[in-house]
Amino acid sequence: MPIAAGLIMGMLTVNVLMLVWAERKVSAWIQMRMGPTEVGPFGLLQTLADMLKLISKQLITPSNVDKPLYHLAPLLAFAPVVAAVALFPFSQDTILVQNDYGLLFVFAFGGVAVLAIFMAGWGSNNKYALLGAIRSVAQNISYEIPLILSALSVVLVVNAMSPTLGFGEGLVETNGLDLSHIVMAQDQHGIWFVIFQPVAAVIYFISALAETNRAPFDIPEAESELVAGFHTEYSGMRFSLFFFAEYTNMLIVSMLAVVLFFGGWDGPVLPGPLWFFLKSYAVIFVMMWVRWTFPRLRFDQLMTFCWKVLIPLSILNLLVTAFVITVLGQ
Amino acid sequence: MSSDSEANKDAEDGEVYSLNMGPQHPSMHGVLRLLLDLRGEEVVKAKPVIGYSHRAHEKMAENRNTLQFLPNTSRVDYLSGMIYNLGYCQAIEKILEIEVPERAIFIRVIANELNRVASHLLWFGTFLLDLGGITPFLYSFDDREEILDILDQVTGSRLTYCYGRFGGVTWDVDENFLARTTAFLARIRDRLGMYKQLVTDNIILRERCTGVGVVSTALAKSYGVTGPSLRASGVAYDVRKAEPYGGYDRFDFEVPVLHEGDTMARFHIRIREIEESCKIIEQAIKGIPEGDILPKKMPKRFKLPEGEFYFAVESARGHFGMYIVGDGSDIPVKLKLRTPSFSNLSAMPETLAGTMLADTIAIVGSIDVVMPEIDR
Repeated sequence: MPIAAGLIMGMLTVNVLMLVWAERKVSAWIQMRMGPTEVGPFGLLQTLADMLKLISKQLITPSNVDKPLYHLAPLLAFAPVVAAVALFPFSQDTILVQNDYGLLFVFAFGGVAVLAIFMAGWGSNNKYALLGAIRSVAQNISYEIPLILSALSVVLVVNAMSPTLGFGEGLVETNGLDLSHIVMAQDQHGIWFVIFQPVAAVIYFISALAETNRAPFDIPEAESELVAGFHTEYSGMRFSLFFFAEYTNMLIVSMLAVVLFFGGWDGPVLPGPLWFFLKSYAVIFVMMWVRWTFPRLRFDQLMTFCWKVLIPLSILNLLVTAFVITVLGQ
Repeated sequence: MSSDSEANKDAEDGEVYSLNMGPQHPSMHGVLRLLLDLRGEEVVKAKPVIGYSHRAHEKMAENRNTLQFLPNTSRVDYLSGMIYNLGYCQAIEKILEIEVPERAIFIRVIANELNRVASHLLWFGTFLLDLGGITPFLYSFDDREEILDILDQVTGSRLTYCYGRFGGVTWDVDENFLARTTAFLARIRDRLGMYKQLVTDNIILRERCTGVGVVSTALAKSYGVTGPSLRASGVAYDVRKAEPYGGYDRFDFEVPVLHEGDTMARFHIRIREIEESCKIIEQAIKGIPEGDILPKKMPKRFKLPEGEFYFAVESARGHFGMYIVGDGSDIPVKLKLRTPSFSNLSAMPETLAGTMLADTIAIVGSIDVVMPEIDR
């Protein structure tokens, strides 16, 4: 286990460094700028320099903060994302923690992050942080519903496709909640679920943007109104833990999208894990593209959109899926 | 909350708390400070606090002669510095009845309209930044940069121009200036098409702006709102048309008017004003005559006659007026600057009450305040 934990930490750190660099380069490309160029080749080491700066910064604890909450929040934001990454099957054999209910756990760990954000906002003794936290809780709890419902449609499909998965000795009973089974089902039938479930894929992507507080749903940290939202009062390493969690969350929702809709490690020639990450980064690229193109929604519009459009649509999608499966099954 | 009924209302609807926004806040324009009373995210009361960049320009005017005050003018509103600078020159020319050569009139119109386009482009970028769209900001600044370069080439400065002189302008423009300006017009028209597709037609932008922060015609009139913000509220008042100055009556352009009075209307008005300014510049480039840029004979000292004078120009934000009191010397007794943003901002408390916190930024952004112009 310690080795596995070390592996994940190393991978995630490199991933966050790469993502921040990629975000800068993508935004620069979209905005006709250069992006970082000075530190290292193509500015690759710029984030490393930024990280060193953040680590070496003084940790400021503002007066009158709720100390336990204030200090715990960054850790609580950071820990679940590391745990969630361990559950993903990078290829058929490369799974750090095999869990029969992987999908459920990924969502559960995602839910813990909300708690951290609210602790940070509540404990900071700052009105901007509190407003950001209130928005964040409302937003995350609302968008978890369509997120999970759209994933559930896929689970139904997986379970319905075949009672068993694998070949010969490795034959196992299909369990739609197991992340590797979802990929295996797509692998075996040679089709990505985005074709069976296009509506669910779109709902998932939109909800994932909201779940990770990315633009155009970056309302909890809407800098034009709320300065920096829930992490206004955090500095140095505490801030970077939130930052780390945010970027790793992007990776998690993208990896989940790849597992659910884009065939996971499935792909020709290249080894499985490479395909898995290539696809994940492609999804992340779309997230970045969206962020640098659209303005931000207003909070009430965001909630209206979730409750009046996304949730009914995802429930309808789930019902139709179930209906079709039942009809076809008979 | 003093009275009992109000206290009861609070208990029913939730507690009212105050939030101090600015003067240091990432998206407050300049050093505007808003004291907001909020109930949840709803604004109950908004109170703008001004005065953080007061530099006593009006007092300075009373202590130096008319010519020495010239560099101050472009510092009053740094985003339409050219318009202020030339406007002041035009005011003095009107008082002293100085004849301006034809070529200088055309150069002034081109410079003024370029400055107006630059100001509107900056507003376009920062307004979208307020709404969370970061990319348009860099595009519009790229366009604006071209204007700054063009004006830099002839005036020597990028922001706080001192290009005007009583009777004309300091430097003549050359063919290169006119060619670059023509090229810029083609470029900005091309860009405006892209902005329309990517920004104006964006559903999120329209949802955020339509029906938000409505300034009714009556409200706008009662507070003396001017400029694009007034024209978005259904009043076709533009100093360039109402009381033509500086040769504007020779050019064919429209004053765009919309009647909704909301943030989206103010957005559309400014975009259309960029187009109208382009039209004016085009005509001016076509019609620019050869000749002098300063009158042949000029007085040594610009002594103001005794009496009161008022002269107004249309800045990028609205009606900019100068009220000048002279006593026969070349130092004004009083120079009052009537700046548009002050009146535009005064209409905000009534407009902001009852809106959402997220709209506050959008609405205040949409009236395009420049704080140094308010504080002077």
